[in-house]
Amino acid sequence: MNKNIVATKVEQMQPSGIRVFFDLVLGMKDVISLGVGEPDFVTPWQIREAGITSLEEGFTSYTSNKGLYKLRLSISRYLKNKYGLEYSPDDEILVTVGVSEGIDLVLRTIVNPGDKILVPQPGYVSYGPVTELAGGIPVYIDTSKDGFKLTPENISRCIDKRTKGIILNYPVNPTGVSYTRKELEAIKKVLLKHDILCISDEIYGDLTYDFEHVSFPSLSGAKENTVYFNGFSKSFAMTGWRVGYACGPKAVIDAMTKIHQYTIMCVPITSQMAACEALQTGKRSVEEMKREYKRRREFVFSELNRIGFTCSKPQGAFYAFASVKKTGMHCMDFAKKLLEEQKVAVVPGTAFGGQFKDFVRISYASSFDNLKEAFSRMAACMADIRR
Amino acid sequence: MDEILEILEKDCRTTSEEIAKMLKKKPAEVKKAVSKYEKDGVILKYKAVINRELVRDSDNEVRALIEVNLIPQKDVGFDKIAERIYQFPEVSSCYLLSGTYDLLLIVRGKDIHTVSRFISEKLSPMENVRGVVTHFLLKKYKEDGVVLKQKEDDKRIAISY
Repeated sequence: MNKNIVATKVEQMQPSGIRVFFDLVLGMKDVISLGVGEPDFVTPWQIREAGITSLEEGFTSYTSNKGLYKLRLSISRYLKNKYGLEYSPDDEILVTVGVSEGIDLVLRTIVNPGDKILVPQPGYVSYGPVTELAGGIPVYIDTSKDGFKLTPENISRCIDKRTKGIILNYPVNPTGVSYTRKELEAIKKVLLKHDILCISDEIYGDLTYDFEHVSFPSLSGAKENTVYFNGFSKSFAMTGWRVGYACGPKAVIDAMTKIHQYTIMCVPITSQMAACEALQTGKRSVEEMKREYKRRREFVFSELNRIGFTCSKPQGAFYAFASVKKTGMHCMDFAKKLLEEQKVAVVPGTAFGGQFKDFVRISYASSFDNLKEAFSRMAACMADIRR
Repeated sequence: MDEILEILEKDCRTTSEEIAKMLKKKPAEVKKAVSKYEKDGVILKYKAVINRELVRDSDNEVRALIEVNLIPQKDVGFDKIAERIYQFPEVSSCYLLSGTYDLLLIVRGKDIHTVSRFISEKLSPMENVRGVVTHFLLKKYKEDGVVLKQKEDDKRIAISY
């Protein structure tokens, strides 16, 4: 084989530094994992049942590239009811293979070689690499001095004339931080002033605990300058079905659809049929799961601070980003010790940006029994370190 | 429903301290609420859900669902006669229903003879019982929201972003 078989661009992509740690976790038995980035609930039965029924009825074909019309219509109505957003099911909504595909599409759609995309850190792992694949330059905004939040100031500092877009993700994976309307308004002002497209990944929006989630495009004047992303994975516990959607101005959605039709064709029809059911009847299940996450959040937040981590209270999603600074250990060494000695897995903070070596991400998408046991083991680990 | 009840209904072993943490209350506050629920009869009992099929050394147990037709009594309707029936220890559940019959009983006994004897000797001869139809239970799949199957392992990948 030609030894230059892998393209330079891909060759140069940083392999995730914590792959080795992940492999360590996967190779170990009887681990209590607080390292999982997806709900511990199974998809509610009526949604699974709708998928099964669609198969029985013979729905096994392609759908329109943009997604089943009835799904786009349901999404349109759902967003209207929830946030007062008006997106036309005809040409302003595209059903994608999870939000991940949508983010890839929008970046490939808007980025010309050398364009810059602002990416907050800590943040979800894919934004930077996908920007690079699209030929853009990710400009990372370190939010750690601002309570892990984007602010007009830290954004403005990173803007130059090549800045084309910004990734806004809230509630944030891995910190659980979210934004109030006032904070979003301030961010909007800066973005509009510099004509920067807001790529708003609101996949955890339904899991906001202390206040109502405010959707970015619902702010006055923001919609035309925003591509909104949401999906079924987190709120409906449907990660494996891979259904998300992008909503935005017709021109952008049309362009994204061009790429989507050549690369993906369409989202599997079974998943789309199940997603329709989710929007029609899943509200109660979402509320139930949200209540459960909220209770776990209170427990986890109180336990973390009790046993010697430092952590501010997450406002959404199902993560806490806790500092292990007091232990004096690098997060990777801490995570390894916790795994090897106590069989509890967490994700080292460096996964979400190289500078977060004092942090670990703790996921509370785990049963209360598991959380209790995990925290008693973590307390033992902390006591051992102090000794 | 109060979240304290929701939590206890899911797992009654959850301590007041744990509930307090989950709901951001003081443990004393939770304890007080729980005592009041107990006193008012909202919380009646704390018990485990046992899958008897897996209990090898227990006496075999037979269950029957019995439809009972009653002659209602003046002034008290069905309540008095229902009480006379549900007091029997063999009766584990007793519901008054709308439809073609009046009471639905779930009756437990160590074998089919015990249950039959209860029906023929105790239940049927009661003066307000007009008739009974008995269904012996063959298999239980789900009871009070609990699927009677061992918990399955977590199917998720142990670590992910």
